[in-house]
Amino acid sequence: MAIIKEVTEAFVKDLVKNGKRQDSRDFSSYREIRVEKGIIQNDEGSALVQLGDTKVLCGIKFDLMVPFPDRPDEAVVMVGAEFSPMAHPDFEPGPPREDSIELARVVDRAIRSADCIDSSTLPRTEEKVMAIFIDLHILDNCGNLIDAASLAAMAALKNAQVPKINGEGKIIREDFSGPLALKRSAVVCSFEKIAGRMVVDATEEESTASDGRMSIGVTDDGLVCCGQKSGAAGFSKQELLDLIDLTFEKSKSLFKAIE
Amino acid sequence: MAKVLKEEDLIKNGKRCDGRGFEDLRPIIVKAGVLKQASGSAYVEWGRNKVYAAVYGPHEVFPKHMTNNYKALINARYIMAPFSGLDDHSRSGPNRRSIEISKVAKHVFENVVLTNLFPKTMIDVHMEVMQSDGGTRVASITAASVALADAGIPMRDLVCGVSVGKVAGELLLDLDKYEDNLGGSDVPMIFAPRNGDLLLYQMDGMLSKDEVERAYDMALGACKKIRVLQENALKEKYKEVFEKIKGGENGNNQGSY
Repeated sequence: MAIIKEVTEAFVKDLVKNGKRQDSRDFSSYREIRVEKGIIQNDEGSALVQLGDTKVLCGIKFDLMVPFPDRPDEAVVMVGAEFSPMAHPDFEPGPPREDSIELARVVDRAIRSADCIDSSTLPRTEEKVMAIFIDLHILDNCGNLIDAASLAAMAALKNAQVPKINGEGKIIREDFSGPLALKRSAVVCSFEKIAGRMVVDATEEESTASDGRMSIGVTDDGLVCCGQKSGAAGFSKQELLDLIDLTFEKSKSLFKAIE
Repeated sequence: MAKVLKEEDLIKNGKRCDGRGFEDLRPIIVKAGVLKQASGSAYVEWGRNKVYAAVYGPHEVFPKHMTNNYKALINARYIMAPFSGLDDHSRSGPNRRSIEISKVAKHVFENVVLTNLFPKTMIDVHMEVMQSDGGTRVASITAASVALADAGIPMRDLVCGVSVGKVAGELLLDLDKYEDNLGGSDVPMIFAPRNGDLLLYQMDGMLSKDEVERAYDMALGACKKIRVLQENALKEKYKEVFEKIKGGENGNNQGSY
Protein backbone atom coordinates (compact mmCIF):
# COMPACT_ATOMS: atom_id res chain seq x y z
CA MET A 1 0.00 0.00 0.00
CA ALA A 2 2.94 2.29 0.67
CA ILE A 3 3.71 2.45 -3.03
CA ILE A 4 0.16 3.56 -3.84
CA LYS A 5 0.55 6.38 -1.35
CA GLU A 6 3.80 7.46 -3.01
CA VAL A 7 2.29 7.36 -6.48
CA THR A 8 -0.78 9.31 -5.36
CA GLU A 9 1.40 11.88 -3.67
CA ALA A 10 3.56 12.39 -6.76
CA PHE A 11 0.48 12.53 -8.97
CA VAL A 12 -1.30 15.13 -6.83
CA LYS A 13 1.83 17.29 -6.50
CA ASP A 14 2.38 17.14 -10.22
CA LEU A 15 -1.15 18.29 -10.91
CA VAL A 16 -0.96 21.10 -8.36
CA LYS A 17 2.32 22.37 -9.80
CA ASN A 18 0.49 22.70 -13.12
CA GLY A 19 -2.35 24.57 -11.46
CA LYS A 20 -4.78 21.64 -11.66
CA ARG A 21 -6.72 19.35 -9.37
CA GLN A 22 -7.93 15.80 -9.79
CA ASP A 23 -11.59 16.78 -9.85
CA SER A 24 -10.94 19.87 -12.03
CA ARG A 25 -11.84 22.36 -9.27
CA ASP A 26 -9.78 25.53 -8.92
CA PHE A 27 -7.65 25.98 -5.80
CA SER A 28 -10.20 28.05 -3.93
CA SER A 29 -13.39 26.10 -4.65
CA TYR A 30 -15.28 23.90 -2.27
CA ARG A 31 -16.90 20.67 -3.37
CA GLU A 32 -20.68 20.54 -3.32
CA ILE A 33 -21.97 21.16 0.22
CA ARG A 34 -25.15 19.42 1.33
CA VAL A 35 -26.59 19.97 4.80
CA GLU A 36 -29.53 18.01 6.20
CA LYS A 37 -30.73 19.14 9.59
CA GLY A 38 -32.80 17.21 12.11
CA ILE A 39 -32.20 13.79 10.63
CA ILE A 40 -32.07 12.13 14.07
CA GLN A 41 -35.23 12.50 16.15
CA ASN A 42 -34.07 10.91 19.41
CA ASP A 43 -31.52 13.63 20.17
CA GLU A 44 -32.00 17.36 20.69
CA GLY A 45 -30.34 18.54 17.49
CA SER A 46 -28.60 16.90 14.55
CA ALA A 47 -27.16 17.51 11.11
CA LEU A 48 -25.61 15.44 8.35
CA VAL A 49 -23.06 17.38 6.30
CA GLN A 50 -21.70 16.12 3.01
CA LEU A 51 -18.72 17.85 1.55
CA GLY A 52 -18.37 16.08 -1.79
CA ASP A 53 -18.14 12.46 -0.67
CA THR A 54 -17.09 13.27 2.91
CA LYS A 55 -19.89 12.56 5.36
CA VAL A 56 -20.06 13.81 8.94
CA LEU A 57 -23.04 13.34 11.23
CA CYS A 58 -23.38 15.51 14.31
CA GLY A 59 -25.77 14.77 17.16
CA ILE A 60 -26.47 16.98 20.14
CA LYS A 61 -27.63 15.88 23.58
CA PHE A 62 -28.30 18.08 26.58
CA ASP A 63 -27.56 17.06 30.14
CA LEU A 64 -27.30 18.71 33.54
CA MET A 65 -23.88 19.13 35.07
CA VAL A 66 -22.04 20.94 37.81
CA PRO A 67 -20.47 23.97 36.07
CA PHE A 68 -16.75 24.61 35.94
CA PRO A 69 -15.81 26.51 39.14
CA ASP A 70 -14.35 29.45 37.19
CA ARG A 71 -17.49 29.78 35.03
CA PRO A 72 -20.41 29.11 37.38
CA ASP A 73 -23.05 30.56 35.04
CA GLU A 74 -21.89 29.19 31.73
CA ALA A 75 -23.21 26.12 29.98
CA VAL A 76 -20.71 23.30 29.66
CA VAL A 77 -19.88 22.49 26.04
CA MET A 78 -18.25 19.18 25.16
CA VAL A 79 -17.21 18.21 21.66
CA GLY A 80 -16.31 14.61 20.87
CA ALA A 81 -15.23 13.16 17.55
CA GLU A 82 -15.58 9.51 16.62
CA PHE A 83 -13.34 8.48 13.72
CA SER A 84 -15.33 5.41 12.92
CA PRO A 85 -13.40 2.57 11.26
CA MET A 86 -16.36 2.62 8.88
CA ALA A 87 -15.06 5.87 7.42
CA HIS A 88 -11.59 4.92 6.24
CA PRO A 89 -9.34 1.84 5.97
CA ASP A 90 -6.73 3.52 8.21
CA PHE A 91 -9.15 4.28 11.05
CA GLU A 92 -9.11 1.71 13.81
CA PRO A 93 -11.54 1.19 16.66
CA GLY A 94 -10.40 2.18 20.10
CA PRO A 95 -9.89 5.27 22.19
CA PRO A 96 -9.61 8.57 20.28
CA ARG A 97 -6.30 9.08 18.50
CA GLU A 98 -4.50 12.37 18.04
CA ASP A 99 -6.28 13.25 14.79
CA SER A 100 -9.73 12.87 16.26
CA ILE A 101 -8.76 14.77 19.41
CA GLU A 102 -7.33 17.58 17.29
CA LEU A 103 -10.49 17.75 15.18
CA ALA A 104 -12.78 17.83 18.20
CA ARG A 105 -10.69 20.51 19.88
CA VAL A 106 -10.54 22.73 16.80
CA VAL A 107 -14.32 22.54 16.39
CA ASP A 108 -14.73 23.13 20.13
CA ARG A 109 -12.46 26.17 20.06
CA ALA A 110 -14.29 27.71 17.11
CA ILE A 111 -17.66 27.40 18.86
CA ARG A 112 -16.38 28.32 22.31
CA SER A 113 -14.22 31.28 21.43
CA ALA A 114 -16.85 32.71 19.10
CA ASP A 115 -19.12 32.62 22.16
CA CYS A 116 -21.82 31.08 19.96
CA ILE A 117 -24.03 29.68 22.69
CA ASP A 118 -26.08 32.11 24.74
CA SER A 119 -25.90 30.51 28.21
CA SER A 120 -28.09 33.14 29.84
CA THR A 121 -31.22 31.80 28.12
CA LEU A 122 -30.67 28.17 29.12
CA PRO A 123 -32.60 26.65 32.03
CA ARG A 124 -30.62 25.50 35.09
CA THR A 125 -31.10 24.15 38.58
CA GLU A 126 -29.64 25.51 41.79
CA GLU A 127 -26.32 23.70 41.48
CA LYS A 128 -26.28 22.44 37.89
CA VAL A 129 -26.13 24.09 34.48
CA MET A 130 -26.90 22.73 31.01
CA ALA A 131 -24.20 20.65 29.40
CA ILE A 132 -24.27 20.45 25.62
CA PHE A 133 -22.69 17.32 24.16
CA ILE A 134 -21.72 17.77 20.53
CA ASP A 135 -20.82 14.38 19.07
CA LEU A 136 -19.26 14.24 15.63
CA HIS A 137 -19.42 10.92 13.81
CA ILE A 138 -17.20 10.66 10.76
CA LEU A 139 -19.01 8.25 8.44
CA ASP A 140 -16.99 8.61 5.24
CA ASN A 141 -13.58 10.24 5.13
CA CYS A 142 -12.96 11.66 1.67
CA GLY A 143 -10.93 14.60 2.92
CA ASN A 144 -11.29 17.89 4.80
CA LEU A 145 -12.93 16.51 7.92
CA ILE A 146 -12.37 19.66 9.98
CA ASP A 147 -14.50 21.89 7.75
CA ALA A 148 -17.20 19.26 7.39
CA ALA A 149 -17.22 18.68 11.16
CA SER A 150 -17.40 22.36 12.03
CA LEU A 151 -20.27 22.82 9.58
CA ALA A 152 -22.06 19.80 11.02
CA ALA A 153 -21.62 21.04 14.59
CA MET A 154 -22.88 24.53 13.76
CA ALA A 155 -25.81 23.21 11.71
CA ALA A 156 -26.77 20.84 14.53
CA LEU A 157 -26.60 23.69 17.07
CA LYS A 158 -28.90 25.72 14.85
CA ASN A 159 -31.23 22.74 14.75
CA ALA A 160 -31.11 22.15 18.54
CA GLN A 161 -34.13 22.40 20.82
CA VAL A 162 -33.62 23.08 24.52
CA PRO A 163 -35.31 20.45 26.72
CA LYS A 164 -37.29 21.45 29.82
CA ILE A 165 -36.26 20.61 33.37
CA ASN A 166 -38.80 19.08 35.76
CA GLY A 167 -39.29 19.87 39.46
CA GLU A 168 -36.79 17.22 40.56
CA GLY A 169 -34.05 18.86 38.52
CA LYS A 170 -34.09 16.25 35.74
CA ILE A 171 -34.26 16.80 31.99
CA ILE A 172 -37.56 15.91 30.33
CA ARG A 173 -36.69 14.36 26.99
CA GLU A 174 -38.97 15.24 24.08
CA ASP A 175 -40.41 18.29 25.83
CA PHE A 176 -38.79 21.47 24.62
CA SER A 177 -38.85 25.08 25.70
CA GLY A 178 -37.72 26.34 22.29
CA PRO A 179 -34.74 26.51 19.95
CA LEU A 180 -31.25 26.97 21.34
CA ALA A 181 -30.33 30.68 21.39
CA LEU A 182 -27.16 31.43 19.45
CA LYS A 183 -25.35 34.76 19.54
CA ARG A 184 -23.45 34.13 16.32
CA SER A 185 -22.19 31.36 14.05
CA ALA A 186 -18.67 30.17 13.40
CA VAL A 187 -17.22 27.97 10.67
CA VAL A 188 -13.73 26.69 9.91
CA CYS A 189 -11.94 26.72 6.55
CA SER A 190 -8.91 24.50 6.03
CA PHE A 191 -6.15 24.93 3.50
CA GLU A 192 -3.57 22.32 2.55
CA LYS A 193 -0.14 23.48 1.43
CA ILE A 194 0.78 21.25 -1.49
CA ALA A 195 3.96 21.93 -3.47
CA GLY A 196 3.96 25.48 -2.12
CA ARG A 197 0.39 26.24 -3.23
CA MET A 198 -2.68 26.63 -0.99
CA VAL A 199 -5.55 24.32 -1.78
CA VAL A 200 -8.94 24.71 -0.13
CA ASP A 201 -11.19 21.76 0.77
CA ALA A 202 -8.63 19.08 -0.07
CA THR A 203 -9.76 15.57 -0.94
CA GLU A 204 -8.34 12.62 0.94
CA GLU A 205 -5.76 11.97 -1.83
CA GLU A 206 -4.74 15.61 -1.82
CA SER A 207 -4.20 15.64 1.92
CA THR A 208 -1.74 12.72 1.64
CA ALA A 209 0.37 14.96 -0.61
CA SER A 210 0.12 17.92 1.74
CA ASP A 211 3.09 19.40 3.58
CA GLY A 212 0.97 21.27 6.09
CA ARG A 213 -2.51 22.42 6.89
CA MET A 214 -3.87 25.71 8.14
CA SER A 215 -7.37 25.84 9.57
CA ILE A 216 -8.97 29.19 10.27
CA GLY A 217 -12.26 29.73 12.04
CA VAL A 218 -14.32 32.87 11.46
CA THR A 219 -17.60 34.19 12.77
CA ASP A 220 -20.47 35.53 10.70
CA ASP A 221 -19.83 39.01 12.12
CA GLY A 222 -16.34 39.20 10.66
CA LEU A 223 -13.96 38.05 13.41
CA VAL A 224 -11.31 35.34 13.37
CA CYS A 225 -12.14 32.95 16.18
CA CYS A 226 -9.80 30.01 15.88
CA GLY A 227 -6.69 28.81 14.15
CA GLN A 228 -4.77 25.59 13.90
CA LYS A 229 -1.64 24.75 11.99
CA SER A 230 -0.81 21.11 11.46
CA GLY A 231 1.97 19.35 9.56
CA ALA A 232 5.60 20.25 8.99
CA ALA A 233 5.28 23.10 6.49
CA GLY A 234 5.73 26.68 7.61
CA PHE A 235 3.46 29.56 6.67
CA SER A 236 4.70 33.09 6.11
CA LYS A 237 2.91 36.11 7.53
CA GLN A 238 1.65 37.08 4.08
CA GLU A 239 0.38 33.58 3.48
CA LEU A 240 -1.51 33.63 6.76
CA LEU A 241 -3.09 37.00 6.03
CA ASP A 242 -4.06 35.92 2.54
CA LEU A 243 -5.64 32.77 3.94
CA ILE A 244 -7.66 34.81 6.45
CA ASP A 245 -9.00 36.95 3.59
CA LEU A 246 -9.82 33.84 1.62
CA THR A 247 -11.53 32.33 4.66
CA PHE A 248 -13.83 35.33 5.00
CA GLU A 249 -14.67 35.09 1.32
CA LYS A 250 -15.28 31.33 1.39
CA SER A 251 -17.17 31.39 4.69
CA LYS A 252 -20.07 33.28 3.10
CA SER A 253 -21.17 30.21 1.18
CA LEU A 254 -20.56 28.02 4.24
CA PHE A 255 -22.78 30.17 6.46
CA LYS A 256 -25.40 30.12 3.75
CA ALA A 257 -25.26 26.32 3.56
CA ILE A 258 -26.12 25.88 7.26
CA GLU A 259 -28.83 28.57 7.41
CA MET B 1 -45.16 10.27 23.54
CA ALA B 2 -46.76 9.61 26.89
CA LYS B 3 -44.16 8.89 29.53
CA VAL B 4 -46.12 6.45 31.70
CA LEU B 5 -47.14 3.79 29.21
CA LYS B 6 -48.08 0.40 30.61
CA GLU B 7 -47.88 -2.95 28.88
CA GLU B 8 -51.69 -3.10 28.54
CA ASP B 9 -51.71 0.27 26.74
CA LEU B 10 -49.62 -1.11 23.89
CA ILE B 11 -52.50 -3.03 22.31
CA LYS B 12 -55.89 -1.42 21.71
CA ASN B 13 -58.70 -2.96 19.62
CA GLY B 14 -56.38 -5.46 17.99
CA LYS B 15 -53.94 -2.74 16.91
CA ARG B 16 -50.56 -1.72 18.29
CA CYS B 17 -49.89 1.80 19.53
CA ASP B 18 -48.39 2.86 16.20
CA GLY B 19 -51.40 1.46 14.32
CA ARG B 20 -49.73 -1.71 13.09
CA GLY B 21 -51.35 -5.15 13.14
CA PHE B 22 -49.65 -7.93 15.11
CA GLU B 23 -47.71 -9.26 12.14
CA ASP B 24 -46.82 -5.99 10.42
CA LEU B 25 -43.29 -4.75 9.89
CA ARG B 26 -42.41 -1.10 10.33
CA PRO B 27 -41.60 0.78 7.10
CA ILE B 28 -38.11 -0.28 5.96
CA ILE B 29 -35.79 1.53 3.55
CA VAL B 30 -32.59 -0.17 2.38
CA LYS B 31 -29.89 1.60 0.40
CA ALA B 32 -26.67 0.06 -0.91
CA GLY B 33 -23.35 1.77 -1.57
CA VAL B 34 -23.79 4.89 0.55
CA LEU B 35 -20.16 5.37 1.68
CA LYS B 36 -17.32 5.88 -0.75
CA GLN B 37 -14.24 4.74 1.18
CA ALA B 38 -15.66 1.39 2.22
CA SER B 39 -15.41 -1.68 -0.03
CA GLY B 40 -19.15 -2.05 0.46
CA SER B 41 -21.75 -0.18 2.49
CA ALA B 42 -25.44 0.09 3.23
CA TYR B 43 -27.94 2.24 5.08
CA VAL B 44 -31.11 0.95 6.65
CA GLU B 45 -33.99 2.96 8.02
CA TRP B 46 -36.29 0.66 9.93
CA GLY B 47 -39.09 2.63 11.54
CA ARG B 48 -37.14 5.15 13.58
CA ASN B 49 -33.96 3.05 13.56
CA LYS B 50 -31.19 4.49 11.41
CA VAL B 51 -28.20 2.26 10.80
CA TYR B 52 -25.07 2.41 8.65
CA ALA B 53 -23.01 -0.63 7.76
CA ALA B 54 -19.62 -0.70 6.06
CA VAL B 55 -17.39 -3.56 4.95
CA TYR B 56 -13.65 -3.44 4.40
CA GLY B 57 -11.67 -6.25 2.89
CA PRO B 58 -10.74 -8.98 2.40
CA HIS B 59 -7.44 -7.47 3.54
CA GLU B 60 -4.29 -8.51 5.40
CA VAL B 61 -4.90 -9.83 8.87
CA PHE B 62 -4.11 -7.62 11.80
CA PRO B 63 -2.79 -8.68 14.30
CA LYS B 64 -0.80 -11.04 12.10
CA HIS B 65 -0.65 -14.02 14.46
CA MET B 66 -4.43 -14.41 14.09
CA THR B 67 -3.98 -15.43 10.43
CA ASN B 68 -5.85 -18.54 9.40
CA ASN B 69 -4.28 -20.41 6.50
CA TYR B 70 -7.57 -21.91 5.36
CA LYS B 71 -10.15 -19.17 5.61
CA ALA B 72 -10.83 -15.46 6.03
CA LEU B 73 -11.45 -14.10 9.49
CA ILE B 74 -14.49 -11.96 10.09
CA ASN B 75 -14.36 -9.03 12.43
CA ALA B 76 -17.77 -7.60 13.28
CA ARG B 77 -18.27 -4.40 15.23
CA TYR B 78 -21.68 -3.15 16.35
CA ILE B 79 -21.84 0.19 18.09
CA MET B 80 -24.41 2.82 19.08
CA ALA B 81 -23.82 6.56 18.72
CA PRO B 82 -23.94 8.47 22.03
CA PHE B 83 -26.94 10.45 20.75
CA SER B 84 -28.83 7.50 19.29
CA GLY B 85 -31.22 6.84 22.16
CA LEU B 86 -34.02 8.86 23.69
CA ASP B 87 -32.36 8.76 27.10
CA ASP B 88 -29.32 10.66 28.40
CA HIS B 89 -26.06 11.10 26.50
CA SER B 90 -24.17 7.82 26.70
CA ARG B 91 -20.46 7.19 26.48
CA SER B 92 -19.18 6.50 22.99
CA GLY B 93 -17.50 3.21 22.23
CA PRO B 94 -18.42 -0.38 22.92
CA ASN B 95 -20.11 -1.55 26.12
CA ARG B 96 -20.92 -5.04 27.36
CA ARG B 97 -24.14 -5.21 25.37
CA SER B 98 -22.58 -4.11 22.09
CA ILE B 99 -19.62 -6.47 22.51
CA GLU B 100 -22.01 -9.39 22.89
CA ILE B 101 -24.01 -8.35 19.85
CA SER B 102 -20.81 -7.94 17.82
CA LYS B 103 -19.89 -11.50 18.70
CA VAL B 104 -23.17 -13.11 17.67
CA ALA B 105 -23.25 -10.97 14.53
CA LYS B 106 -19.80 -12.25 13.61
CA HIS B 107 -21.09 -15.82 13.86
CA VAL B 108 -23.93 -14.98 11.47
CA PHE B 109 -21.51 -13.81 8.80
CA GLU B 110 -19.14 -16.74 9.37
CA ASN B 111 -22.02 -18.96 8.38
CA VAL B 112 -22.90 -17.32 5.06
CA VAL B 113 -19.63 -15.83 3.80
CA LEU B 114 -17.53 -18.24 1.74
CA THR B 115 -14.51 -17.59 3.94
CA ASN B 116 -12.55 -20.51 2.48
CA LEU B 117 -12.16 -18.53 -0.77
CA PHE B 118 -10.00 -15.92 0.97
CA PRO B 119 -7.43 -17.67 3.16
CA LYS B 120 -5.04 -15.52 5.23
CA THR B 121 -7.29 -12.47 5.02
CA MET B 122 -9.73 -10.59 7.18
CA ILE B 123 -13.10 -8.99 6.47
CA ASP B 124 -14.21 -6.09 8.66
CA VAL B 125 -17.93 -5.55 9.12
CA HIS B 126 -18.83 -2.30 10.87
CA MET B 127 -22.38 -1.58 12.01
CA GLU B 128 -23.24 1.78 13.56
CA VAL B 129 -26.58 2.77 14.99
CA MET B 130 -27.28 6.48 14.57
CA GLN B 131 -30.81 6.30 15.97
CA SER B 132 -32.31 3.45 17.92
CA ASP B 133 -35.91 2.40 18.40
CA GLY B 134 -35.88 -1.30 19.22
CA GLY B 135 -34.54 -4.01 16.95
CA THR B 136 -31.23 -2.32 16.19
CA ARG B 137 -29.27 -5.55 16.04
CA VAL B 138 -31.49 -7.09 13.39
CA ALA B 139 -31.51 -3.82 11.43
CA SER B 140 -27.70 -3.65 11.70
CA ILE B 141 -27.16 -7.21 10.50
CA THR B 142 -29.68 -6.72 7.70
CA ALA B 143 -27.68 -3.65 6.61
CA ALA B 144 -24.32 -5.40 7.01
CA SER B 145 -25.43 -8.24 4.80
CA VAL B 146 -26.23 -5.77 2.01
CA ALA B 147 -22.86 -4.10 2.60
CA LEU B 148 -21.09 -7.47 2.24
CA ALA B 149 -22.88 -8.11 -1.04
CA ASP B 150 -22.05 -4.56 -2.14
CA ALA B 151 -18.38 -5.30 -1.40
CA GLY B 152 -18.60 -8.23 -3.80
CA ILE B 153 -17.98 -10.85 -1.13
CA PRO B 154 -19.45 -14.21 -2.11
CA MET B 155 -22.11 -15.49 0.28
CA ARG B 156 -24.55 -18.38 0.45
CA ASP B 157 -27.43 -16.04 1.12
CA LEU B 158 -28.36 -12.47 1.99
CA VAL B 159 -29.18 -12.73 5.67
CA CYS B 160 -31.82 -10.64 7.37
CA GLY B 161 -33.93 -10.81 10.45
CA VAL B 162 -36.52 -9.37 12.74
CA SER B 163 -37.52 -9.70 16.34
CA VAL B 164 -40.71 -11.21 17.69
CA GLY B 165 -41.91 -10.54 21.21
CA LYS B 166 -44.78 -11.14 23.54
CA VAL B 167 -46.63 -8.06 24.70
CA ALA B 168 -49.82 -8.17 26.77
CA GLY B 169 -50.26 -11.85 25.94
CA GLU B 170 -49.93 -11.44 22.17
CA LEU B 171 -47.05 -12.39 19.90
CA LEU B 172 -45.98 -9.31 17.96
CA LEU B 173 -43.62 -9.01 15.00
CA ASP B 174 -40.89 -6.35 14.91
CA LEU B 175 -41.04 -4.76 18.36
CA ASP B 176 -40.36 -1.07 18.70
CA LYS B 177 -38.64 0.46 21.73
CA TYR B 178 -41.78 0.73 23.88
CA GLU B 179 -42.90 -2.79 23.13
CA ASP B 180 -39.41 -4.07 23.80
CA ASN B 181 -39.06 -2.24 27.12
CA LEU B 182 -42.52 -2.93 28.49
CA GLY B 183 -43.29 -6.27 26.90
CA GLY B 184 -42.70 -9.66 28.46
CA SER B 185 -40.25 -11.14 26.00
CA ASP B 186 -38.17 -10.32 22.98
CA VAL B 187 -36.65 -12.75 20.51
CA PRO B 188 -34.40 -11.27 17.82
CA MET B 189 -33.75 -13.75 15.02
CA ILE B 190 -31.60 -13.70 11.91
CA PHE B 191 -32.20 -16.15 9.07
CA ALA B 192 -30.70 -17.30 5.86
CA PRO B 193 -34.09 -16.98 4.15
CA ARG B 194 -33.29 -19.37 1.30
CA ASN B 195 -33.05 -22.46 3.47
CA GLY B 196 -34.65 -21.09 6.63
CA ASP B 197 -31.55 -21.64 8.78
CA LEU B 198 -31.61 -19.72 12.02
CA LEU B 199 -28.28 -17.88 12.31
CA LEU B 200 -28.90 -15.65 15.30
CA TYR B 201 -31.24 -16.38 18.13
CA GLN B 202 -31.32 -14.45 21.36
CA MET B 203 -34.20 -14.52 23.72
CA ASP B 204 -35.29 -12.96 26.92
CA GLY B 205 -38.58 -13.43 28.70
CA MET B 206 -40.76 -16.52 28.79
CA LEU B 207 -42.52 -18.26 25.93
CA SER B 208 -44.08 -21.69 25.57
CA LYS B 209 -42.66 -24.12 23.01
CA ASP B 210 -45.71 -23.47 20.88
CA GLU B 211 -45.09 -19.74 20.98
CA VAL B 212 -41.43 -20.22 20.05
CA GLU B 213 -42.53 -22.14 16.99
CA ARG B 214 -45.03 -19.45 16.03
CA ALA B 215 -42.42 -16.74 16.58
CA TYR B 216 -40.05 -18.59 14.28
CA ASP B 217 -42.66 -18.84 11.53
CA MET B 218 -43.66 -15.18 11.89
CA ALA B 219 -40.06 -14.03 11.68
CA LEU B 220 -39.13 -16.22 8.73
CA GLY B 221 -42.21 -15.04 6.83
CA ALA B 222 -41.23 -11.43 7.41
CA CYS B 223 -37.61 -12.12 6.41
CA LYS B 224 -38.71 -13.19 2.96
CA LYS B 225 -40.21 -9.71 2.54
CA ILE B 226 -37.10 -7.98 3.92
CA ARG B 227 -34.88 -9.97 1.57
CA VAL B 228 -36.71 -8.52 -1.43
CA LEU B 229 -35.89 -5.02 -0.15
CA GLN B 230 -32.23 -5.99 0.19
CA GLU B 231 -32.09 -7.34 -3.35
CA ASN B 232 -33.81 -4.26 -4.73
CA ALA B 233 -31.32 -1.98 -2.96
CA LEU B 234 -28.41 -3.79 -4.60
CA LYS B 235 -30.06 -3.73 -8.03
CA GLU B 236 -30.80 -0.03 -7.60
CA LYS B 237 -27.14 0.71 -6.89
CA TYR B 238 -25.94 -1.13 -9.96
CA LYS B 239 -28.54 0.62 -12.07
CA GLU B 240 -26.87 3.88 -11.00
CA VAL B 241 -23.40 2.53 -11.74
CA PHE B 242 -24.60 1.44 -15.16
CA GLU B 243 -26.01 4.92 -15.89
CA LYS B 244 -22.70 6.46 -14.85
CA ILE B 245 -20.72 4.23 -17.19
CA LYS B 246 -23.10 5.00 -20.01
CA GLY B 247 -22.62 8.72 -19.31
CA GLY B 248 -18.85 8.13 -19.39
CA GLU B 249 -19.01 6.74 -22.89
CA ASN B 250 -20.38 10.03 -24.13
CA GLY B 251 -17.26 11.77 -22.86
CA ASN B 252 -19.09 13.10 -19.83
CA ASN B 253 -16.78 11.59 -17.23
CA GLN B 254 -15.55 14.68 -15.42
CA GLY B 255 -14.65 14.08 -11.86
CA SER B 256 -14.09 10.34 -12.22
CA TYR B 257 -10.57 9.12 -12.04
